[in-house]
Amino acid sequence: MNAWTVIITASVICLALKVSGYLIPARAFEHPTVARTANLLTVALLAALIAVQTLGAGQAVQVDARLPALVVAAGLYALRVPFVVVVIAAAGVAALIRAVT
Amino acid sequence: MARARSPEESAALRAAWAVGLATAVYGVSFGALAVLSGLDIWQTMFLSLVMFTGGSQFALIGVLASGGLAAGGAAITSAALLGTRNVFYAIRMSPVIGPGFLRRAAAAHLTIDESVAVSAAQPTPAAQRLGFWATGILIYLGWNLTTLIGALIGDLIGDVSAYGLDAAAAAAFLGLLWPRLKARQTQAVAVAAAVVATLLTPVLVPGLPVLVAGAVAVVVGGFDLFGTSRKRAEGGAA
Repeated sequence: MNAWTVIITASVICLALKVSGYLIPARAFEHPTVARTANLLTVALLAALIAVQTLGAGQAVQVDARLPALVVAAGLYALRVPFVVVVIAAAGVAALIRAVT
Repeated sequence: MARARSPEESAALRAAWAVGLATAVYGVSFGALAVLSGLDIWQTMFLSLVMFTGGSQFALIGVLASGGLAAGGAAITSAALLGTRNVFYAIRMSPVIGPGFLRRAAAAHLTIDESVAVSAAQPTPAAQRLGFWATGILIYLGWNLTTLIGALIGDLIGDVSAYGLDAAAAAAFLGLLWPRLKARQTQAVAVAAAVVATLLTPVLVPGLPVLVAGAVAVVVGGFDLFGTSRKRAEGGAA
């Protein structure tokens, strides 16, 4: 699969999902279990992506500078520091650790 | 001449500017990370112009960064699954937007976390409409402009890990997750999904652990685990 195939396919699907919400009758999605599961699916995918980004190295699990960087990011979010500042700080922590080790 | 704005509409516009500016800024991190995950500037811009839903965009480049093009199928599926919440947003916005093919088509494209959140927070129908359009349009313009800036920066930088940008991706995901972690049920799902994805990483091909972790949400949501005590405390207000 080349990169354009991946990008165009995923983009068309995401756009179609948005459009579908304006086409289908609302009743089909009113069930609380469906709404709850959809919200939790977002949470689960984001959490799994964080884990893989932080600990994954191809098909291995590897603890390195990314983990302390994530811990710092969590602390900063808890202190309500803005998104961009946190992302830059996390990058800085990882870069610093790699520079000194 | 346009009629004078009500105080509610002015408040909606102020909220749109605040949210729009804050969101547009992190388009820089998306643009830079997309280029560093192996996409070119055109491919990066296509995502912000056409896909235009931050969570799915980050997911796509996140899976591609760890698994390469071999994980293309998993990257598409991750982006699509994260995009499913927009279906619910669209259903919610449908009566606010009203009739008209072109208007609804444009609204569909601008249906994202932020435009729906600003709209839903407004007290009057007119302010809800204005909040949605103002936020959606501001973010669309800002997000694409900053994506381009980020992509150009990423193009100049080169090696990801030397600058800690691989850690920045995880921090960006955490920023998207953080506001959703207030209830015990979402906290439980987040922890379980992270553990499942980590444990499966050595066993499955890159991209798949994330998708299997999504099953945690289906199980917890389907049986409403970890959520009952909180609901009783609220007196069944839903």
